[in-house]
Amino acid sequence: MALEVQIEKRLPAYTLSVAFATGAKTLAVLGPSGVGKTMTLRCIAGLERPDSGRIALNNRVLFDSAKNINVPSRDRRVGLLFQSYALFPHLTVAENIAFGLDRIAPYDRLTRTREQISALHLDGLENRRPRELSGGEQQRAALARALAIAPEALLLDEPLSALDTHLRSQIEHQLLDTLSAYRGAALLVTHNIEEAYRLGSDLLVLSRGQASAFGPKEEIFRHPPTVEVARLTGCKNFSAASNISTNEIEATDWRCRLRVTQTIARPATQVGIRAHQIDFLESRSSSDAADNVFLCWPISTSETPFRITLYLKLHNAPTANDQPDLQAEVFKEKYQRFKDAPLPWHVRLAPESLVIFPK
Amino acid sequence: MFSDLSPVWISLATSIVATAITMVLGVATAFWRERRSGSAFALFDGIALLPLVLPPTVVGFLLLLLFGRHGPLGRLFLRVGMTVVFSWPATVIAAALVSFPLMYLTARAAIAQVDAPLLQAARTLGASEWRVFRRIVVPLAAPGLLAGTILSFARALGEFGATLMLAGDIPGRTETIPLAIYFAVEAGDMRRAIIWSVIDVAISLSLLFGLYYWTRAQSASRAQFGRG
Repeated sequence: MALEVQIEKRLPAYTLSVAFATGAKTLAVLGPSGVGKTMTLRCIAGLERPDSGRIALNNRVLFDSAKNINVPSRDRRVGLLFQSYALFPHLTVAENIAFGLDRIAPYDRLTRTREQISALHLDGLENRRPRELSGGEQQRAALARALAIAPEALLLDEPLSALDTHLRSQIEHQLLDTLSAYRGAALLVTHNIEEAYRLGSDLLVLSRGQASAFGPKEEIFRHPPTVEVARLTGCKNFSAASNISTNEIEATDWRCRLRVTQTIARPATQVGIRAHQIDFLESRSSSDAADNVFLCWPISTSETPFRITLYLKLHNAPTANDQPDLQAEVFKEKYQRFKDAPLPWHVRLAPESLVIFPK
Repeated sequence: MFSDLSPVWISLATSIVATAITMVLGVATAFWRERRSGSAFALFDGIALLPLVLPPTVVGFLLLLLFGRHGPLGRLFLRVGMTVVFSWPATVIAAALVSFPLMYLTARAAIAQVDAPLLQAARTLGASEWRVFRRIVVPLAAPGLLAGTILSFARALGEFGATLMLAGDIPGRTETIPLAIYFAVEAGDMRRAIIWSVIDVAISLSLLFGLYYWTRAQSASRAQFGRG
């Protein structure tokens, strides 16, 4: 394992307490703002000092409160991409990139600067000042500067948040290329679920200073360990639940019994389903055969360009002030097919789509 | 009768040397202080700013106690055969001390304006504190540092009370323009006092005009090219 982190730091609003280890794969640190994501990066980079714990990079101890070791930032060989990029405004792109290379021979400095310029597609911009660059170019220049010192770990703090939405996907692609070419441990902090999923291999979910999930991203998205993680990874629907038998639970908020695939070892307390996994049955006949099919009425809808979100009431027709039981998301093509069908509609909460949260 | 221009040269030499000392000490102290917080450092600020608020005669008197024959620093210098009091270096010490707070204050403000992430980025790139200071802080805080230097120079040039206490008024050695004016008036030589005053006003005005046009040129270029 390349980077091992186990730190604790008391902060005004909460205590940051995280432990993880990561190798050459990109670890995405996901969580809402103000839960300690950036603080974790700053501790690793040596810009903040944890109260206790240990940080080691390729078996090199960077911080150890027990042994009173706290290697200064400048000796850590940890590259940090700041959220604001923090390019030196008075230096050109080339000077920015070469800034960390002052201790090597001038010829090598030039070569390595050129390497980074071409690796990050900054050719022709060498003599520009940061203010003369677009947001995406600034990000690449800052990445080039961080990578030029051949850091053993690369930390990225919300690398895409400063960019306009329409630029993001292209820049995210380039960032993904850069990250996959990078050999060291890479850590990426984001509050954007999709960004975390696309850019990271492993996922560390933080809430209020604590790691609430850590592991391969597919695993966490498929089986979120807690309601909070499920919520953070985009799950919209939850109901309190209790066991009835080994493969059946009672979902009290949804006022129904649900068949489940997993054998429930521990008592269930909550059940959840993602909005896009709620299935609308288009014909009555297919509903007869399946489990977990319920009647529903739409209360309201909200549209994005390609999808529609339906807020649903289960079992009975809604009255004036009813709150929706479920939030479902479907492609508009599919919605076109059933939207004119007579109410109530039939939804299926497929057993394999249900996520059960034990105590 | 007005052939002795020594007060001009003494004033200029004193102010230049004092400003140089103040600039180095003030900027270094400001950079050192900028990264620290706590009540102990607030107390330090108070002490650093004392020469600005104390009457110069008090500053001069304290210096006299320090550098006098029986003062702790005075005895130290005496051991290497030097007497500070009533010598030219005394004018420099007095001028440097009274101008220090101006340099320190403006340098603090100028350094605080440099984005903290820039300094941190430099550190993660392997830069020593000296390199951070020289390559990032100084260039980015330059306008403020220069303004502080000019203010300090002006203050050093106008220094009277502390200089008189510590350095006395020895024509040709410690007599600066402000001292020359005072003693000219005291001797009833109004013509002499007026001439010295005009020279002093001329030097100060050209300094302030220089500062004004320079900052205007700065803000104009900033408006044109953005921050930098």
